[in-house]
Amino acid sequence: MERITLMIWNETKECMSRDEMNNLQSCRLVKTVDRVYHNVPYYRKKMQEAGLEPGDIKGIEDINKLPYTTKDDLRDTYPFGLFAVPMTEIVRTHASSGTTGKATVVGYTRHDIDVWKECVARAFAQAGITREDRMQIAYGYGLFTGGLGAHYGAENLGAMVVPMSTGNTKKLVTMMEDFDVTAIACTPSYLIHIAEVLKETNKIDKVKLKTAVCGAEPWTENMRRQIESELGINAFDIYGLSEVMGPGVACDCIHHKGLHVYEDHFLPEIIDPTTLQPVGEDVTGELVFTTLTKEGLPLLRYRTKDLTSINYGKCECGRTLARISRFKGRSDDMLIIRGVNVFPSQIEAALLEMNGTTPHYMMIVDRQGSLDTLEIQVEVEERFFSDEIKELESLSKKIAHVVQNAIGLAAKIKLVEPRTLERSEGKAKHVIDNRKLV
Amino acid sequence: MYIKQLSVFLENREGRLDDVLEILKTNGINIVSLSLADTADYGMLRLIVNYSERALESLKNNGFSASLTNVTVVRLPHKIGQLQELASLLCKADINIEYMYSLSIGQNDACIVFKASGALDSIKEQLKNDGVEFVSQTEIAGMVG
Repeated sequence: MERITLMIWNETKECMSRDEMNNLQSCRLVKTVDRVYHNVPYYRKKMQEAGLEPGDIKGIEDINKLPYTTKDDLRDTYPFGLFAVPMTEIVRTHASSGTTGKATVVGYTRHDIDVWKECVARAFAQAGITREDRMQIAYGYGLFTGGLGAHYGAENLGAMVVPMSTGNTKKLVTMMEDFDVTAIACTPSYLIHIAEVLKETNKIDKVKLKTAVCGAEPWTENMRRQIESELGINAFDIYGLSEVMGPGVACDCIHHKGLHVYEDHFLPEIIDPTTLQPVGEDVTGELVFTTLTKEGLPLLRYRTKDLTSINYGKCECGRTLARISRFKGRSDDMLIIRGVNVFPSQIEAALLEMNGTTPHYMMIVDRQGSLDTLEIQVEVEERFFSDEIKELESLSKKIAHVVQNAIGLAAKIKLVEPRTLERSEGKAKHVIDNRKLV
Repeated sequence: MYIKQLSVFLENREGRLDDVLEILKTNGINIVSLSLADTADYGMLRLIVNYSERALESLKNNGFSASLTNVTVVRLPHKIGQLQELASLLCKADINIEYMYSLSIGQNDACIVFKASGALDSIKEQLKNDGVEFVSQTEIAGMVG
């Protein structure tokens, strides 16, 4: 592995003392609360229902008084109901990966885009990327925030950007070699796939890649190390979510002891997902963000559903920014399969629509090589039963079709005998995730 | 003219056929004939038994997906071309054969089971006139006592 340049993009913000940071956050929080109260009727109503006026929030110590925001609030106000500026101020929209009517729409002002590219530049600088680097952005470009988010950040940093997007690995590998590409941003599973292609084509020693910044998917410290040793590079974990901004909300540094949150823009909290009360430092809970500078779509206490813990200690890299640990799972039942958000409830709704009642089903998620696989086992109850195999096969096909329409992913359908799928007390268990992220 | 065939959905898992046969044995069911069709994930066990209703009930009580299906059984003399003649008659009447297997083979003749799609009822008399011999449910029960 090559030694990398350890640069801090914005030392004033990334290395400020805890007191200074808390003052800055308090000041920005008060302004944010005031803005959403006056510009977003939905939030005003929520706050009024909680008996709150903007003046009640004097600083981050009052954060616990504010109501939470969830994905449902975004859906309820689809598409632009939570925007806090006149629509003419919005210069960009993105939408979450839902082919399902579950899409959530986010909007950015010019200033929001500036903040975003600042945060991504910080993250890439943290990964040792400089204007000397040539960087392939291999996230999807489009409504997904990954491609354009990483693109603007890399340009802001001054790197030479190669906007690959996804879908043509052969071309990516060719250009990686021909352009002397030194850095890449993509999902960890795509990078593993790229590594395989490099190996097959004996190009692993020919390419000059030295840094990868990966995100948008759950992965583990072991996967990260494996990628590093297979490719002889440094790999970093970047985190973000479109509701809050996109990639670049947090990123780890060369010490890999947690992801630094750019908390001058995003105020993190960790709460107990059941009691909704804050938990202490280093205690695992659900990550919650309040945006501190966003204009287009400011969010109060947005529940990410991601489980992690937070540490406020100064990092060896010199940054004082709080660090969140690697994600330990999710507090809801959402799955990320091949980068697509999937809820078991979508499968349930599709089966219900098809048959009028829902058969027992189980989603089996696995990873073969570097690709996620989804199998859906459906019990052949009496009303589906036919003694003709062609009828059963057409049933499988029909289920596969409605599932694909519902979640935008192809799934293997396996018909199984009745009463063979696991039943659990109370809430039915519908997912077995066999992906070993270790 | 129809015989009740017992159809059972079986996953391709170790011991599932054994489980079905155990249940049938415990309930005093005698099997006249069977056929097992398979796909990658599951199989379809089709059985002609002496007491089909009782067999169905016992399997359902044990959680199997099973049903009774109307199939047709005909007796064919041991002469070359008999099955072809039957197939030809059905074909002329626009009747499709979904599946077919043999029920029993005697000294002078053999019985075959098939499931037909299309209006088999309407041409039954015609088939009889053409020399097709249908086997009844009672006869089948008699085959195994």
